[in-house]
Amino acid sequence: MANKKIQQEYDRWYKEKYSQSKERSAEFVTVSEQPIKELYTPADVENLDYERDLGFPGEYPYTRGVQSNMHRGRLWTMRQFAGFGSAQESNQRYKFLLSKGQTGLSVAFDMPTLMGYDSDHPYSEGEVGRCGVAIDSLADMEVLFDGIPLDKVSTSMTINGPAAILWAMYIATAEKQGVSSEKLRGTIQNDILKEYIAQNSWIFPPHPSMRIITDIFEYACNNVPQWNTVSISGYHIREAGSTAAQELAFTLADGFAYVEAGIEAGLNVDDFAPRLSFFFNSHMDFFEEIAKYRAARRIWARRMKEKYGAKDSRSWLLRFHTQTAGCSLTGQQPENNIVRTAFEGLAAVLGGTQSLHTNSMDEVLALPTEKSVQIALRTQQIMAHETGVSNTIDPLAGSYFVESLTNEMEAQAEKYFEEIEEHGGVLRAIDKGFFQQEIADAAFAYQKAIERKERIFVGVNEFVDPDEVIEIEILKIDPAVESRQQQKLAELRKTRNNDLVDNSLKAIERAASSRENLIPLIVDAVKAYATLGEIVQVLKTVFGEYKEQPRF
Amino acid sequence: MTRKIRVLMAKPGLDGHDRGVKVVARALRDGGMEVIYTGLHQTAEKVVAAAIQEDVDVVGLSILSGAHMTMFPKIRKLLNENDCGNIKIVGGGTIPEDDLKQLLAAKDADALFTPGTSTDDIVAWIKENVEI
Repeated sequence: MANKKIQQEYDRWYKEKYSQSKERSAEFVTVSEQPIKELYTPADVENLDYERDLGFPGEYPYTRGVQSNMHRGRLWTMRQFAGFGSAQESNQRYKFLLSKGQTGLSVAFDMPTLMGYDSDHPYSEGEVGRCGVAIDSLADMEVLFDGIPLDKVSTSMTINGPAAILWAMYIATAEKQGVSSEKLRGTIQNDILKEYIAQNSWIFPPHPSMRIITDIFEYACNNVPQWNTVSISGYHIREAGSTAAQELAFTLADGFAYVEAGIEAGLNVDDFAPRLSFFFNSHMDFFEEIAKYRAARRIWARRMKEKYGAKDSRSWLLRFHTQTAGCSLTGQQPENNIVRTAFEGLAAVLGGTQSLHTNSMDEVLALPTEKSVQIALRTQQIMAHETGVSNTIDPLAGSYFVESLTNEMEAQAEKYFEEIEEHGGVLRAIDKGFFQQEIADAAFAYQKAIERKERIFVGVNEFVDPDEVIEIEILKIDPAVESRQQQKLAELRKTRNNDLVDNSLKAIERAASSRENLIPLIVDAVKAYATLGEIVQVLKTVFGEYKEQPRF
Repeated sequence: MTRKIRVLMAKPGLDGHDRGVKVVARALRDGGMEVIYTGLHQTAEKVVAAAIQEDVDVVGLSILSGAHMTMFPKIRKLLNENDCGNIKIVGGGTIPEDDLKQLLAAKDADALFTPGTSTDDIVAWIKENVEI
């Protein structure tokens, strides 16, 4: 009744007052083209039931946060993604970041490592150590974490196709440091579905890839219980050009696909679901992003409880890392990127993130310099310690606008879930190119909106400095990294026990053809210093390779 | 009636970031060109073989992984060796200013479009610089 009255008053206000005023734009939309009204009132959230839809932090449905004390208890983990050149250079960068107050590590691997090739493979030419650190064997991993106690830090590794192998190297490195695997904390991204959908660092076809992932679930549950076994990633879906609603829907759909795969593999949902984590993008539209995170938690909790029958409340929690949007940065006037990143980071914190990477201003031009990454880290520290935004939990709850937008995001995600279901599920929809086409369409629409100046991009299509000279320092990777890495690899192949390597590879091949869990055998192989490329190659002989169908 | 300009769009190297190449491919198609897209993970040899087979006027390379200083010269050299020196090479991606100047000066690329370039500008450049 009250809302009816408000709606009547709203209509009157609109007619008498608002419609008489001039708007500065023909339409107001979010970054994702979601239309935004001129004003939100209680009538926009009339069906919102506080207990059902919001609840309390740390309680179902977790819309207001996954912990009862959120950032009042502990700040989010400040985790700058870093890695370049050799293991030694990256090790120095990690120590630099830790000395500046970073609280977790995040490893960026180079393209050959991500694709499962050794540094001396012909396909690796020109790419070794460029976009991340080159890791060929356990020998490199030992150097990467030299002097960094693995029982004290948590490490996130952005690795997907060969995730099991890099994880095995991490476990083996820890063992050499005298740290048992039960103490290890961290994350392997290990999200192959989003690779087929958006990021394209796939190796094997979907079915064997999913089998490796369920092997990881089982192994982690028994041996590495504090490890996050998949970081289900919307980040790359967004970077490939999706809207916020697509990022939300496709990521959660992938998450549910992992849950279903685990259940089908005979695992108890509550044994592996608590170790699933998420990774979202934070783009420029402040409220849309905050609504996205809040909707994500609510949808996950509801489905895990109601559809998948999870009983352990930890299975209901959607914990996530956030990275600010690389695609929102500009090569023009790159210092402006510091400001963009700060706003995006703020949205992530207000949305309740557990961990954050703030992009460096130069990331659109090259890998970040020490100075630029320090500014990016300081941005988080200023937000955490000076602005007061984390002194209360979910401060935007109850905002007519934010709650309405959160509901809207949830509704849009539900619509996509139905569509994915109609395609026969995530794997079938990937085969049909459904996700890929939706994202390509959204990316093209976004680009056109910028070119038509429907969307202002400061320094790019407005407020341009035509004679701009970019004066920031750029990190250069020494091309000699490649030959040094190749020499090191040749040396390793000569000095290791090659019989042991061959036997360990044969054992992997046998297990791949059967249903035996692959992970213990991969751990044995990396300990014998079998290389990443060798292990991937032997798996390819059994599993085959994925072939994309390019579309634009 | 003149024939359409034919463009091969390619992603050499291992990098999978294909947002840019797909957006540009679509813009070139909308701009009236015949566009062939190779898909990901192409070697220089594969790109050149496809360019010759498809009889294109332009090869468009999208590189974000840092392999540009290897890939552009190699593809230029292979095209020249196959009597295809007339094929223009354009490119885009994360290419620092110094490298960009060097690639253009060495004629390893005829034009480079870095992030922020309007797709209309790319279409216009190709139309102005390709004779058919």
